[in-house]
Amino acid sequence: MPLLKKIINDPNACAAELLEGLVEAYNGAARLEGRGSIVMNNLPAGKVGLLVGGGSGHEPIYHGLVGRNLADGAACGDIFAAPPPDIVLEGAQAVNQGNGVLFLYGNYAGDVLNFDLGAEFARDMGIEVETVLIWDDVPSAPPDKKHNRRGIAGLVPIVKLAGAASTKAANLGELVRITTKARDNTRSVGVSSAPGSIPATGKPTFELPDDVIGLGMGIHGEKGVALIPHQTADELAPKLLDIIFGDDLEFKSGDEVVLLVNSLGSTTMMELLIVLRKVKALLNERGIKVHDTLVGPYVTCQEMAGMSISLTKLDAELKELWDMPCSSVCYTKM
Amino acid sequence: MVLRVADAIIAAEDYLSEADRNLGDGDHGIGMKRGMLAVKEKLAALDGATPIDKIFQTAGMAMMSSMGGASGVIFGSFYLGGAKAVPGIETLDATSFAAFLQGACDAIMTRGKAQPGDKTMVDALHPAAAAAQTAAIHSLADAAEIIATAAEGGREASKEMIATLGRAKTLGEATLGHPDAGACSIAIILRTMADYIAGK
Repeated sequence: MPLLKKIINDPNACAAELLEGLVEAYNGAARLEGRGSIVMNNLPAGKVGLLVGGGSGHEPIYHGLVGRNLADGAACGDIFAAPPPDIVLEGAQAVNQGNGVLFLYGNYAGDVLNFDLGAEFARDMGIEVETVLIWDDVPSAPPDKKHNRRGIAGLVPIVKLAGAASTKAANLGELVRITTKARDNTRSVGVSSAPGSIPATGKPTFELPDDVIGLGMGIHGEKGVALIPHQTADELAPKLLDIIFGDDLEFKSGDEVVLLVNSLGSTTMMELLIVLRKVKALLNERGIKVHDTLVGPYVTCQEMAGMSISLTKLDAELKELWDMPCSSVCYTKM
Repeated sequence: MVLRVADAIIAAEDYLSEADRNLGDGDHGIGMKRGMLAVKEKLAALDGATPIDKIFQTAGMAMMSSMGGASGVIFGSFYLGGAKAVPGIETLDATSFAAFLQGACDAIMTRGKAQPGDKTMVDALHPAAAAAQTAAIHSLADAAEIIATAAEGGREASKEMIATLGRAKTLGEATLGHPDAGACSIAIILRTMADYIAGK
């Protein structure tokens, strides 16, 4: 396969250079802290901190979710690699306003190892740290083994709710409680049709035969439910929703949800909207009310083709938090 | 010796990334190269009289703070855990090499929560550390050869294992037939150490 014509400089400098660009995109609202953390300027004294993070190359998350009423900071790793523990520590120190920091990130082995070490370092310096892992990807493990599930696009509504909660939380424990509820109320499932590539090697992250798509496949090409024939949006949408409805979180008539239809990179807005149209009709049939809809590329893997659907069930507390305005490079709500 | 290991891993970047692409996302060689370039930079700043355990510790810190990903913590723990097991030694002999490897293996298994058979780098390091204990009666060069051979055997044995940890775990039986990329790195590290000790 020929190398993609990526518009970059030194392939090994991608992560560092995209952070420089991201700081410019924030235009004074956020800064680069230490070697690899993006942190909001002018955080209120005493605010309970929210630090997200993970490998780069999945833009606009995670570092694009740093913003007003969203994450206070993000610890950023190299392309597809968790940030080292000292970057996590630098992020935690910058975010901490004296009342502790919640680490909120996707459940991947590398992220857990590095954030846990960063948390140890931070606690040694007297910073209170708690962790909530995001594990919304239903096909990645059975319901009784949720701690083995991966974090995918559902992280966007979870971080949005956690960010809103962090502005009001009286203490770190309260933020942990609300964020855990947001996490436990969120389910996602994805489908992929072509891999992304690693900028430094130009090689695809996995291989997929031409005529099939990976139902439930992870954003790095991790195995999902099955390889199925390529099919139409209207055939695929019910299969995706059935995976979510087959899980252990009940969605019943009258429930209110946030719906996210996410592109993994090269799947177009046209395709997302065609799927969204069908998903909305299927939710209507079940009497599930869509309180808000997000559609677009939020969690990507370079030019990977594919998409995911996420549902977050709202109760009164989460609904109020959802309706709080927020702004960032990744997601803005008026 | 640590510098020679760094050069060997940097030279193996493509091989390690390809090994990872069969099981993960194909960036193991990139991360290891990044870590080993940091090792070379940090070691260059040390003076010639630096104690052995301090050299190992410096290498471990350099990897852990530069690589990121699971392998940054895991391979950083290789040198850091090994260094802790040989405080203040003045020369490396077969006994202290065995202690180094046992310390490295224990640290990695604790940190990564991996057991032998999970298809991780532990499957190369654990048999190497075990071989080192019985090989400690030999000369350092002979012991290092036995250790490197055990690590290579572990790398080969990892082909027959099904991944249960890390990103590869969701691939299940599809991981059969491929060696673990981390085990490949350990085999290179210990083979390079053996060659260096033997004056090759």
